[in-house]
Amino acid sequence: MSQSTLLTVSPSPHVHTQLTVKQIMWRVVIAMVPALLISLYNFGISALLITMMAILFCALTEYLIVKYLLHQEVTLFDGSAVITGALLAFNVPTNLPIYILLVGSVVAVGIGKLSFGGLGNNPFNPALVGRVFLLISFPVEMTSWPVPGGLLSGIDAVTGATPLGLLKDGLRSGLAVPEIMSEAPGYLSMFIGTQAGSLGEMSSLALLIGLIFMLQQKVITWHVPVAVIASVFAFSGLFWLIDPTQYADPIFHVLSGGVMLGAIFMATDYVTSPVSHRGMLIFGLGIGFFTVLIRLFGGYPEGISFAILIMNAFVPLINKYAKQHRYGTGRKAAFEVSEKELVH
Amino acid sequence: MSINLGNTLKTFHQGGIHPDDAKLSADAAIKPLPTPKIVTIPIAQHIGKPAKILVQRGDMVKAGQIIATHEGFVSANIHSSVCGKVGVIDEMMDSTGFKHTAITVRVKGDDWAEEIDLSKDLNRSINDSAKEIVEKIMAAGVVGMGGAAFPSHVKLSVPEGKQVDHLLINGVECEPFLTADHRLMLERPEEILVGTQILMRALGVKKAVICIEDNKHDAIDLMSSKLEDYEGISVQGLQVKYPQGGEKQLIQAVLDREVPSGGLPVDVGAIVHNVGTTYAVYQAVQKNKPLVERVVTVTGRSLETPSNFLVRIGTPVVNLIAEAGGLPEQAGKVVSGGPMMGKAIADLNVPIAKATSGILIIDEEESKREQEYNCLHCGKCVEVCPIGLEPYYLMLLAKNHKTSETSQEHILDCMECGSCSWVCPSNRPILDYIRLGKSEVKKTQTA
Repeated sequence: MSQSTLLTVSPSPHVHTQLTVKQIMWRVVIAMVPALLISLYNFGISALLITMMAILFCALTEYLIVKYLLHQEVTLFDGSAVITGALLAFNVPTNLPIYILLVGSVVAVGIGKLSFGGLGNNPFNPALVGRVFLLISFPVEMTSWPVPGGLLSGIDAVTGATPLGLLKDGLRSGLAVPEIMSEAPGYLSMFIGTQAGSLGEMSSLALLIGLIFMLQQKVITWHVPVAVIASVFAFSGLFWLIDPTQYADPIFHVLSGGVMLGAIFMATDYVTSPVSHRGMLIFGLGIGFFTVLIRLFGGYPEGISFAILIMNAFVPLINKYAKQHRYGTGRKAAFEVSEKELVH
Repeated sequence: MSINLGNTLKTFHQGGIHPDDAKLSADAAIKPLPTPKIVTIPIAQHIGKPAKILVQRGDMVKAGQIIATHEGFVSANIHSSVCGKVGVIDEMMDSTGFKHTAITVRVKGDDWAEEIDLSKDLNRSINDSAKEIVEKIMAAGVVGMGGAAFPSHVKLSVPEGKQVDHLLINGVECEPFLTADHRLMLERPEEILVGTQILMRALGVKKAVICIEDNKHDAIDLMSSKLEDYEGISVQGLQVKYPQGGEKQLIQAVLDREVPSGGLPVDVGAIVHNVGTTYAVYQAVQKNKPLVERVVTVTGRSLETPSNFLVRIGTPVVNLIAEAGGLPEQAGKVVSGGPMMGKAIADLNVPIAKATSGILIIDEEESKREQEYNCLHCGKCVEVCPIGLEPYYLMLLAKNHKTSETSQEHILDCMECGSCSWVCPSNRPILDYIRLGKSEVKKTQTA
């Protein structure tokens, strides 16, 4: 038999998983669809418009900077700019003026990601860098949330406070938590997502559907989301037990604000979260701790964005110390054949 | 008759992957491959020193006759796999891609050395002492047939002060595509059980466990049904997960013990032998037959008839492929061994060696590597590493030649299973760099 073609010779392994960067990124996008649909139902076409514009701005920023400033090959189609754009949109009110969204997108991709060397090298979650930049620069526009009005509501819908905003303002004016809570939406409506809030953060249900999809597709593991939610629950629950008139109960804290969005989509960002399972748990624990700390004692009603960014900074440290068990060390490696084992 | 195992499927506790197991040749019965016209028998088919050549060009040899003798203890005898005339003895390319000394024999007839019992009758009575068994195994040139090719008699000589309480027979065959061990368990179950008893006697252990992954349910059932006549042997079913067939993983899965970093299985009271090796041990001790043939899987997605052949050592790879339907047009890579740890071969005329468990033909489109992206720190390589290393970090260190750092990060504990490279969504050649890092650490240790 003659060999007509030259054979490829390369080191093992000779097979590779089907799950590559591109596929992972697009699966994350799919996982975000349920939350977007809820938002579409609540805020109408403006939700879609804001999301599309944010994606467009982020992709454009990446394209222009990579091509004309860095003179590199454009890797737009790995989908990461799409996710950054969509996540940024998820973190802003749907009535945000478009020029502010543009500023946020340029900051997210330009400063948050590309200034560090592009995908994989950024220490902070790019979408959150953009979001926090906007929150500090445009505090009024970033905190006037439209009240859900249904599919046909326009951009000029009535604005209202989020449950967390209600709580903060109520406490400031001297009210006790139970009184404030009577005005806040019920847990069921918060779970399904009919309260005021940023575009993608309202429906815990929709976000959990996204989580289940990502877990099933092995895009992420359970460690970060579960650790964040459990940690928020535990720390807020601790204060609630101490004084239920001053502190809201843990279920309220988990369902309100951006805890679900943060736990499921923001804190799980590969690049800016730890690599080992042990590290992921520590990371999530820290996010929950800082979130509750800011919510209860800080100036802002919501703290998860800051909490994630703070913990992003700890990731290299966590990676250094939270190593996984190494085979051949510890108790089981110190095995000695005991008399008892030999008798059997 | 099917015996309820009465225990749940076990597996190793850390890392691991689930590649498509693609056992295309699982139902193909073992077929003897026609003896080739000429065989090429390398004198270094094992870990340790190459054997010393005993024959000269022009000598007539019988099948099973010794042609090269072990040099020192960690070495193995080499026998002629065919009857014929010794031809060229020179350096020739083998499946490693390098040239090593090999003996060619031109086939003439099929006479076997007199002392070899060629009958197929099962011989259950073991008459040899532990010492005699080890001597016979050494004389027969038996080496680990799962891939490592470590001389078996060395593994059976337990160092002073160590105690062994379990013998594990490795029928895991976790490499995708390969089915040689699976077929052997289905077609020669009792020979493997007798071989296991021989190994138990040689080691002086009372307990042996035959370990089989759950994708070979027929083998689990068959082996379990034969256990009655063999005291001390049990069958353990295992969940399908790569790299369960690695010695360290198998010991963790079955015995819940961990071989210390830098240590040997014997340090935790266990010895592992492959089922193919166990069959060769049976042949060596009960039939006086040296290791001159083995079962080899020939497989691939576009191959006409994925098969399992009984092959004489030294047969060119091309003969096996021809018998399985010929090299397909879309073939891009030919691998000696499985897809995870096998070696790609450059020339189809290289010979089958004692440790060649399979020949895998990979299609052109699958044989090229995809474009590499930045590391996302997704942690998937950390998650799948069965040793608990941090492959992405080792790659980074090795790339920058940080030799003392890689050593501190235990790069030498890597067994090169390839799970990290397999799982990397950015297609990064992680294992390539870890190999580089390992070789640099070893250089500094010997220097």
